[in-house]
Amino acid sequence: MEHTTINLKLKVWRQKNAQDSGRFENYDAKDISTEMSFLEMFDVLNERLINEGQDPIAFDHDCREGICGMCSMHINGRAHGPWQGTTTCQLHMRAFKDGETITVEPWRAKAFPVLKDLTVDRSAFDRIQQAGGYVSVNTGNAQDGNALPIDKDKADASFAAAACIGCGACVAACKNSSAMLFTSAKVSQYALLPQGQPERTTRVLNMVAQMDKEGFGACTNTGACEAECPKEISISNIARLNREYLSAQLSL
Amino acid sequence: MTWKEYFTSSIGKKLVMAFTGLFLILFLIVHATINGMIFFDDNGEMFNYYAHFFSHNWIIRIMEVGLFVGLILHAVQGLMLTFQNQSKRPVKYAVNPGNATSKWYSRSMGILGSLLLIFLIIHLRHFWIGTKASLYITGEEHNLFEEMKIVFSELWVVVFYSVGVISLCWHLIHGFKSAFQSIGINSPKYNGMIQTVGIAYSLIICFAFLMMPVALHLGWIQ
Ligand code: SF4
Ligand code: FES
Repeated sequence: MEHTTINLKLKVWRQKNAQDSGRFENYDAKDISTEMSFLEMFDVLNERLINEGQDPIAFDHDCREGICGMCSMHINGRAHGPWQGTTTCQLHMRAFKDGETITVEPWRAKAFPVLKDLTVDRSAFDRIQQAGGYVSVNTGNAQDGNALPIDKDKADASFAAAACIGCGACVAACKNSSAMLFTSAKVSQYALLPQGQPERTTRVLNMVAQMDKEGFGACTNTGACEAECPKEISISNIARLNREYLSAQLSL
Repeated sequence: MTWKEYFTSSIGKKLVMAFTGLFLILFLIVHATINGMIFFDDNGEMFNYYAHFFSHNWIIRIMEVGLFVGLILHAVQGLMLTFQNQSKRPVKYAVNPGNATSKWYSRSMGILGSLLLIFLIIHLRHFWIGTKASLYITGEEHNLFEEMKIVFSELWVVVFYSVGVISLCWHLIHGFKSAFQSIGINSPKYNGMIQTVGIAYSLIICFAFLMMPVALHLGWIQ
C-alpha cells in the first residue's frame, strides 16, 4: 500500500485529575504516517511533549490488537473513531485527511469518571460482572466436552455475546449513558449455555441491580450502542436481557 | 426482588413504557376508526351515532379511565426517564455523531412526546372537556360533528393539529418497534413483520388524523 504522511491538528481533552474541570488543548501532529494506528500517533505526539518537558497526554491502552478494550477515545464524535467494528488501537491514520482537525474526548458518563485526560474509570463494569457474570464450577477434573450437548445456534449466539471486551463504547455512544448492551452481552453469554443455568435467575437480577446502582442511564432503544460496538454485539441481546429479567421476576 | 424494585429498575421502567405505549397504540386504532366515519360524508350521522354509543357504553367508559391512567403513566414516566437519563452525562461531548449512529426521531422521543402532550391538552380542551361536562351536568349531548367543523374552521387550529399529528407519526415509528424490543421480542422471525406493521400503522393512522382537520377546513366534507 502506498505510504504517505499527513499533518493533523488535534484538539485533545486535558484534565489533571478527577477534580479538575478540564479543557481542550490544541496540538499539531506533523509527519504522521497513514500506516500508524491512532494510538501510535499519540505516542509520537507524547514523545514530543516529553522532549519539550511537557506533561504527556494520558490515555488507556494495553493489547493494541483490539482484544483488551482499554483504548477508550471519543474521536470526532464517534466512539473509537469513524470506522465500524474497530477499537481505537485498530483505527489507522488513513481514516483521516491531511490537514484535518481531530477532536479527541474521553468517554463521557457519570458512571465513568475521568481520571486524567483521556483515561476514565471503568471499574463500574467490573462490579457489574462481579455481581453475577460467572458460573459456579466446582474444582475437580474437567468433564468430557461431549457430555454437555449444546445447540449449535445457541453456542454461536453465546459465543458472539462473549466477544464483548468491556470497552465501554456502548455507554459512551448512548445518549442515555446506558450500560444495557454490555450487561446484556454478559447475561446472554451464560443464559444460553447449560453451564449458566444454576445461577440464571439470580445472575440477571443482581447484574441489573448493580448496573442501576452504578448510575448508568436507562435504555431507550436508539441502537447507537450496536452501531459503535467494536465487537458488533447485537441489541437482540438487550431484548434477551429484558426477557431474562422479566422471567426471573415472574419465577416463583 | 419485590415488584416495586422490579418496576422502578431501569428495565422495569422500560416495560411500563412499552405496555402503556402499546395500549395507547390500540386506542389510536379505535379513535381513528370512529373519527374516520366523518369521511362517509353523511353530515356526520354515522360518526355521531358511534360517538354516542362510545360515550354511553359503560364498558367503554371504564376503559376510558384505564386509558387516562395509561396515558398519565406513559407521559410522567417518559418525562422522568428523559430527565434522569440526561443527568447520567453531566459533562456533554463537544462533538456529537448526529445521525451517523442512530435515527433522529429515536433520540427525540422526549421532545416529540412533550409536543404531543401539549397537543393533547389543547385537543382535550377542544373536544373532550366541554362535551363531557355538558353530558354529565346537563345531560345534553353535543353534536360532535358540528363542533369539529367549527373548531377546524380556524387555520391556526389546522396547522397546530398537523404539527401534533406529524410529531405523533415519528413518535410511533420509533415507539412501535421499541415496545417490542422492550418486551423482549427481537428475532429474525418477527423483526420484519414488526418493522413493516409499525411503519404502515404509523403512516395510516397519522394520515387519517391529518386529513380530518384538513378536509373539514377546506370543506371537502359537509
Ligand atoms: S458491548 Fe460492545 S461496546 Fe459495549 S463494552 Fe462490550 S464490546 Fe464494548
Ligand atoms: S488497546 Fe486493547 S483493544 Fe485497543
